[in-house]
Amino acid sequence: MDYLLTEEQQMLQELATQIAEERIKPVRAELDEEERFPTEIVQDLAQADLFGVIIPEAYGGLGLGCLENCLVLEALSQACVGVATTYAASFLGAYPILLFGSEAQKGQYLPELARGDKLAAFALTESQAGSDAGGIQTVAVKDGDAYVLNGTKQWITNAGEAETYTVIAITDRAKGARGASAFIVESSDPGLSFGKKEKKMGIRSSATREIIFQNCRIPANRRLGKEGQGFIIALKTLDYSRPGVGALAVGLAQGALEESVHFARQRHQFGTSIISFQAIQHMLADMATEIEAARALLYAVARYIDSQPKDFTKQSAMAKLFPTDVAMRVTTDAVQILAGHGYM
Amino acid sequence: MKIIVCIKQVPETQEIRLDPITHTLQREGVKSIINPFDLYALEEGLRVRERQGGSVTVLSMGPPQAVETLREALTYGADGAVLLSDRAFAGADTWATAYTLARGISKLGGADLILCGKQAIDGDTAQVGPELAAFLELPYVAWARKLTFVESEVLQMERLLDHGYDGIEVRLPALITVVKEINEPRVPSFKAKLRAKSQKIPVLGLQDLELDQNQVGLPGSFTQVVKVFPPPARGERELWEGAPNELAQRLWTRLQKLKIG
Amino acid sequence: MAIIVDLDKCTACGLCVEACPFGVLRLEGERLIIGDGCNLCGACVEVCEFGALALPATAAPEPRPEVPPDGIWVFAEQRHGRLAPVALELLGEARRLAEILRVPVSAVLFGHQIHDLATELTAAGADKVYVVDHPRLAEFLEEPYAQALIELARRCQPEIILAGATYPGRAFIPRVAAALDTGLTADCTAFDLDLEKRLLLQTRPAFGGNIMATIVTPRSFPQMATVRPRVMKRLAPQPERNGQVVPVQVAALDEPGKSRFLQTVAEITETVPLGEAEVIVAGGRGLQDGKHFSLLEELAELLGGAIGATRGAVDAGWISYPHQIGQTGKTVAPKLYMACGISGAAQHLVGIQSSDFIVAINSDPQAPIFQIADVGLVGDLFEIIPALIQEIKASR
Repeated sequence: MDYLLTEEQQMLQELATQIAEERIKPVRAELDEEERFPTEIVQDLAQADLFGVIIPEAYGGLGLGCLENCLVLEALSQACVGVATTYAASFLGAYPILLFGSEAQKGQYLPELARGDKLAAFALTESQAGSDAGGIQTVAVKDGDAYVLNGTKQWITNAGEAETYTVIAITDRAKGARGASAFIVESSDPGLSFGKKEKKMGIRSSATREIIFQNCRIPANRRLGKEGQGFIIALKTLDYSRPGVGALAVGLAQGALEESVHFARQRHQFGTSIISFQAIQHMLADMATEIEAARALLYAVARYIDSQPKDFTKQSAMAKLFPTDVAMRVTTDAVQILAGHGYM
Repeated sequence: MKIIVCIKQVPETQEIRLDPITHTLQREGVKSIINPFDLYALEEGLRVRERQGGSVTVLSMGPPQAVETLREALTYGADGAVLLSDRAFAGADTWATAYTLARGISKLGGADLILCGKQAIDGDTAQVGPELAAFLELPYVAWARKLTFVESEVLQMERLLDHGYDGIEVRLPALITVVKEINEPRVPSFKAKLRAKSQKIPVLGLQDLELDQNQVGLPGSFTQVVKVFPPPARGERELWEGAPNELAQRLWTRLQKLKIG
Repeated sequence: MAIIVDLDKCTACGLCVEACPFGVLRLEGERLIIGDGCNLCGACVEVCEFGALALPATAAPEPRPEVPPDGIWVFAEQRHGRLAPVALELLGEARRLAEILRVPVSAVLFGHQIHDLATELTAAGADKVYVVDHPRLAEFLEEPYAQALIELARRCQPEIILAGATYPGRAFIPRVAAALDTGLTADCTAFDLDLEKRLLLQTRPAFGGNIMATIVTPRSFPQMATVRPRVMKRLAPQPERNGQVVPVQVAALDEPGKSRFLQTVAEITETVPLGEAEVIVAGGRGLQDGKHFSLLEELAELLGGAIGATRGAVDAGWISYPHQIGQTGKTVAPKLYMACGISGAAQHLVGIQSSDFIVAINSDPQAPIFQIADVGLVGDLFEIIPALIQEIKASR
C-alpha cells in the first residue's frame, strides 16, 4: 500500500532495506546460532548515518522523526529482529538525553551516538520492577559532587556492548515513584560491571545482560533533569519508543509472510505447489491483511507523534500492542505453513 | 591526491538467462548495477582519500541512463562524477572505450591515481584498464589486493598472479586495477544520498572531448562482433538418489567412462 | 550511432526484436524503436528477412593494411624457468592455423636466463623462438613486458599474436594492443579462419558464459587474442623438430621503469593452479567448517585436481580468495567440476557453466546447483565423498 511517503522517507527506507538485504540477511542465521553481537552491522549502520535518525542536525544527526525511525526499524527487522533490536535499544538509551538532557549533556553525548561511534542502552528493569517503576531497588546517593549507585539492573539490551547508559535509580525512597532520578553512566565508570550474557529463545544476536552497580561513582552533572524526575523521564522515553517496538513487529511479521509465500510457491505436494491450496491461501490472506492493518496503525500513530501532541501515551501503546500481537499470530502461522521446514 | 575511479553500468548478469526456445537473452526487468568489481575500486579510492587527503571522482562512459550509476557511486561518498555519453560512442570495443575514457581523464586535468575494477561482469575482458593506462602513458599494475603508501607518490602493493602474490612498487601517477580481496565496500550513507540527489553530473560528448567520430564508438573500434550465439546446450540432467556407497560406485563408473581420474 | 532502419522495407514482423541479445529493440505499433544500449552487434541485421536493417557504415573505412610477414606469434609465458602449459597449447593451435595460412609460427619468450626453454618451444611447434633475456623480465611486471612485446612486434610485424588468458597475459597484452593500435579479444575458447577475408575468427563467452560471440579484427594488424588455458590442444612434443632461436635486444628495457618488482609475498601452495586444472573439486557452505576442505583435498589429489570454493566459503574464512570461483572470483572450465555442498547461487554458476561435466553433491534436492549439474547426487557429502574416495582407491 502506498503510504505517501516523502522522497526522503523513501530513500531512508531504501537504504535500510539495502543494508538488510546485503549485510544482515547473509549472516543472520549465523549471528542467531552463535549468539554473536552484530558488530560489523552496527558499523554499517553507523556508516550509513542511520544512528542519527532521531537526533537533531545540530548534534550531527538527521533530525528526523518517529515515522522515519519506524521505517528504518521495520526494514531492518524484516531481515533480523535481533539486529534491529540492538539498533532500536540504542535509541531507547538516547531518548532520555534527547528529551531531558541539558545543553552540555546533549552536546557531549548525542554527536557520538548520532555517528554510531558509541551505542546507548536504557536501564530501567530490575528483578522486582519493570513497568512498575515504583518498585526499583537501585539507589543513587548524593555524596558531595557525585552520586554513588548501588543495585542491579536486569535484562538490559546492549548492556556490555554500549558505552552510554541511561539509568533510573531511586534518590529518595520515601517519595516512592516520585523519588526516582535518571543518570548517564559510562561503561568506564568505576564500580560498574556486567552479568553474564543471557541465553534467549529469540533475538539472540542482541546482547542482554545484567548491569551491576557496586559503589559506582559518577559526577553529579550526569543527572538528567531534576532529582525526582526519573519516573517521568522513563515514562516519556517509553511513550516515544513504543512505536519502535511496533515497527520491529511489523518488520518481523512481513519477513515471516514473505518467507511463507516463497516457501508455499516452491513446496510441491500432491502434484502442485501448496500455495494453490485454499487452506494456505486463507492463512496467507489473513497474515497479509493483519500486517497491513498493523502497519497502517503504526504509521498513523508515528505521524501523530511527529505532529508533537501533548499526550500520546494511549496511541503509542496501541502502536505497540496491535503490531506485536499480529507478529505473534503471523509467525505462528508461518511456522504452520513451513511445517517441518519452519521448525528444523 | 586526485583520484579517479572508472566505473561501468552493467546488467546484473546472473539474472540473464537464455530463452531455451528462441535462444535470446531474457533481459526484461534485469536491473542495471554498478559493476561489482568497480565497487572495490571505489571503496579503495575512498580509503586512499581518507588516508592521503584529496578527492575522488567517478567516471563512466555509457548511455545517458548510466548517470544513475554515477549517482549511486556518489552515495558511497565520492566527491564528484562525470559521464561521457554520446550516440557516437555506441558500439565501442575496449580500445575505443579506453580511448574515450583517456580523453575524458585528460579533459579533467589528469589524476594522481586511477583505479579500476579488475574487469566488468558483462564483457569480462579486463582490457579497458590496461588500455586506458597505455593511452595515458601511465605505469600500470593489475589485480592489486592491498595498497600501501610508502611516500606520498610511491605506492606499494600486493597483487595476485597465478602463483601467488607479488609485491610491486609503483611511482604515481599510475593506474591500478583491484581484485575483490582488497576491501569490503562500505554501505551508502544517507547524507551522501541526499547530496547525490541534487548533485550536478556533467555529461561530456564527442565535441566536449574534441574527438572525431572515427575515433570512437563502432568506427573507432578495431574489433567487430560478427556473430552472437548461445553456448552449446548441456546434456540431460540426471538426479541420483540412494545409499552413499551405491552413489559413489555409480559416479566413479561414470567418471571413468569420461576418462577422468 | 545506431542500427539503420529502412522503414519502407520494415514490416514490423518482430523477428529482430526477438533476436536482439541485449533486448534493446521494441515495436511501438508498427514502428521499430532502437533503445539505448545498442552495441551494434548486428544480430538483428542477420535475422531481418526484408533487408530493412543495416549496420551504420564505419565512416570512411581505411583500407586494411598489407598482411604483415611474420605469421603467428605465441607469447610463451614462463615463470622461473617453467613454461605455462597454455603456451604449449597455444603453439599447438598456432600450428593448426599456420598450416592453413601457410605462415610460420614463432614463440616469444621473455625472462632472464631462460634460453633452455627454447627447445621445448620448438618441440611444441614453434618454427622460431624470439628470446628477450633481460634482468627486468625475470619476474612478471606489466611495464617491461609490454615494452618488450610492443617493440618486438613493431620490428618484426606478426599477423597474429596469441597469449594465454592467465593473470599475466590478461594484465599486459591489452596494453600492447592499445599501443599497437589494434584490437584484442579476451578469453577466447575457439578460433577459425575466414580465408576469403583472411580474418581470424575469435570466439569467446560473454555475460558470464550465457552467450558466445565471434569477433574479428578487420582493419588492423596484428590480430590479437588471449586464450583460456586448457581449451586448445598441444601437440605431442617432437624433440627432433628444428627451430631457429633469435635472441633480441630491446633498448627500452635499459631505461629505469616507473614500477618495480619487490618480492613474492605469498605463494599459492597448490600443485595444480585452478585455471589449468582438468578437475576441480569445490566446496561451499555445506562443508560446515574450513577443516572439512581436507576431505575435498584428498579427493582432488586422487583425481589430480585443484580445490575451488564458493564466495560463501571464502567469506567464512575457510579458504583463501584465489580459490574463489564465480562472479567475483575466477571463471573456470575444467573437464570435471565437482560441486560439494554448494547450493548453486547464480553468481557461482556463471563461473562454472563452461565446465565439460558437472557433478553436484547436495543434501537438498531443491538446490539450484542440480539444475546445471550433469549428474546430481542427493545425499550427505560426508558420506558420499569418503565412499567415493574408497571406491577410487579400491579400483587402483
